[in-house]
Amino acid sequence: METKELQKIASQVRRDIVRMVCECSSGHPGGSLGCADFVTTLYFDQMKHDSKNFTMDGINDDVFYLSNGHIAPVWYSVLARAGYFPVPELSSLRKLGTRLQGHPSTDKGLPGIRMASGSLGQGLSVAIGTAQAKKLNNDDAIVYTLHGDGELQEGQIWEAALYAAANKVDNLISTIDYNGRQIDGDLDDVLPMGNLTEKWQAFGWEVLEMDGHNIDEIKATLAKAKSLTGNGKPIMIVMKTEMGQGVDYMMGTHKWHGSTPNAEQLEDALGQLEETLGDY
Amino acid sequence: MKASEIEVLGKKDTRSGFGEGLLEAGKRNKDVVALCADLTGSLKMNAFENEFSDRFFQVGIAEANMISMAAGMTVGGKIPFTGTFANFSTSRVYDQVRQSVAYSKKNVKIAASHAGLTLGEDGATHQVLEDIGMMKMLPNMTVVVPCDFNQTKQATIAVAELDGPVYLRFGRPSVPIFIKEDAKFEIGKADVLVEGTDVTIIACGHLVWKSIEAAIELEKAGISAEVINMHTIKPLDAQAVLSSVAKTGCVVTAEEHMYNGGLGESIARVLSQNNPTPQEFVAVNDTFGESGTPDELLTKYNIDTADVISAAKKVIQRK
Repeated sequence: METKELQKIASQVRRDIVRMVCECSSGHPGGSLGCADFVTTLYFDQMKHDSKNFTMDGINDDVFYLSNGHIAPVWYSVLARAGYFPVPELSSLRKLGTRLQGHPSTDKGLPGIRMASGSLGQGLSVAIGTAQAKKLNNDDAIVYTLHGDGELQEGQIWEAALYAAANKVDNLISTIDYNGRQIDGDLDDVLPMGNLTEKWQAFGWEVLEMDGHNIDEIKATLAKAKSLTGNGKPIMIVMKTEMGQGVDYMMGTHKWHGSTPNAEQLEDALGQLEETLGDY
Repeated sequence: MKASEIEVLGKKDTRSGFGEGLLEAGKRNKDVVALCADLTGSLKMNAFENEFSDRFFQVGIAEANMISMAAGMTVGGKIPFTGTFANFSTSRVYDQVRQSVAYSKKNVKIAASHAGLTLGEDGATHQVLEDIGMMKMLPNMTVVVPCDFNQTKQATIAVAELDGPVYLRFGRPSVPIFIKEDAKFEIGKADVLVEGTDVTIIACGHLVWKSIEAAIELEKAGISAEVINMHTIKPLDAQAVLSSVAKTGCVVTAEEHMYNGGLGESIARVLSQNNPTPQEFVAVNDTFGESGTPDELLTKYNIDTADVISAAKKVIQRK
């Protein structure tokens, strides 16, 4: 898809995100806005998937897991805009009886979701399991994951990192949302992660870097990552992002990780984000 | 059948029953896969590993990764069995089991060996006595605790055919075999092993044999005990409990687990809601275990044959 078109979709996704979290006065806009360009490009330009024929098994489809489940709003918006479920359903986020739970879940039957996430650090292991199942099935589709940088503080991530490299899980493309911020503050103040690229290389992964707000670069990097599958190494993309990207007052701080705009702040945000596909 | 008529067919560890059952399940269905966290020999998973090397995943000492990987494998249609000690299958990975297996309702079979005090000499760090409680509290989870080698093999094959999360608990020591090789095993359907009229003894796992021993002694004392093997803790066969107590009017529950959260509490809930009945509990009383031989430990922690006998006599007095 043309980069211009992807930018338009991402702008609408950002509008959806701030409107959704404002309506229910809860949720995580910061990381969601920061990953809008990536998740949009993944679903609309890179992944092999069929929104009209979603299956839990995902056989012969590329499979995506959102390991940092708290940025569910960006995923829900992209899934709806890609046709997995009706766009107006976005207004039900976090409300009683909704399929759009505060964190992604499978038990309400929302198409597009294959595993609950929210308790951090589990998605990489889950993805490795699916990647190994695909190999047993001679299914050459790819498994994608997205992780928060703060999430990497969970020990299970490193169990999975060891396993994937040692067992040549090379049909897996993971991405870290490297925005340098977490709930309590900057990553470097809470628990410094050091050099992420060197860490993943030391664990035996193929590591790529990209700017998470340059869609041309996201396309090129994902294309390169795909070309590197099947070479005996799992692939990690360290994606530099800005938490709150697209809404000026949410950028440059960790404060909008889990806080939501009021009505006035929402208007300010929407004034900065072009309506391209029509609000729900 | 009378307790004294039950035939002992041999002696073997229940984990070997799991190993044989896993191999058989693997032969019956190519989607059965197995993961192990560095305890292949202890879990008797070698036969499966040798026969189906491409379907066996050694994950190393990384149980959290193993449980979540197993959940991921179900996306792709696999039926994964995870293998490690019961302690590391539950308390160490409770959040992984909760989110990725139970809440996500994935077809994972958590095979848990060396449960309870009969793990023996390794001591309390490894002797989990809380696992039944933890696992039965999780929505969507089926909890199965077979009683001997043959039944563990049958249960392993049966859980592979059930669609949904299962916790399968078994043990380390060699114990009498008394379930016939060709016996029918049905998840959620209790076995009435001994018929009696004075007291109902409901047990699971290793305590089933202890309860049969107790019933033999009680029989000599002129007390007719009914012995029910409640191999499925969840979903619980409430009808089997209620039918038996309608006849006997009192219950002893016996398990290699804490009072808190165990089989006994599940039975008590059924009875208090439907037919309040005197009940005595043979279980571990809110304490950790210690090093020792399995037999020494069962005696010291009051979950041995003698404890079932005295509980039966006591509960009959309470009728």
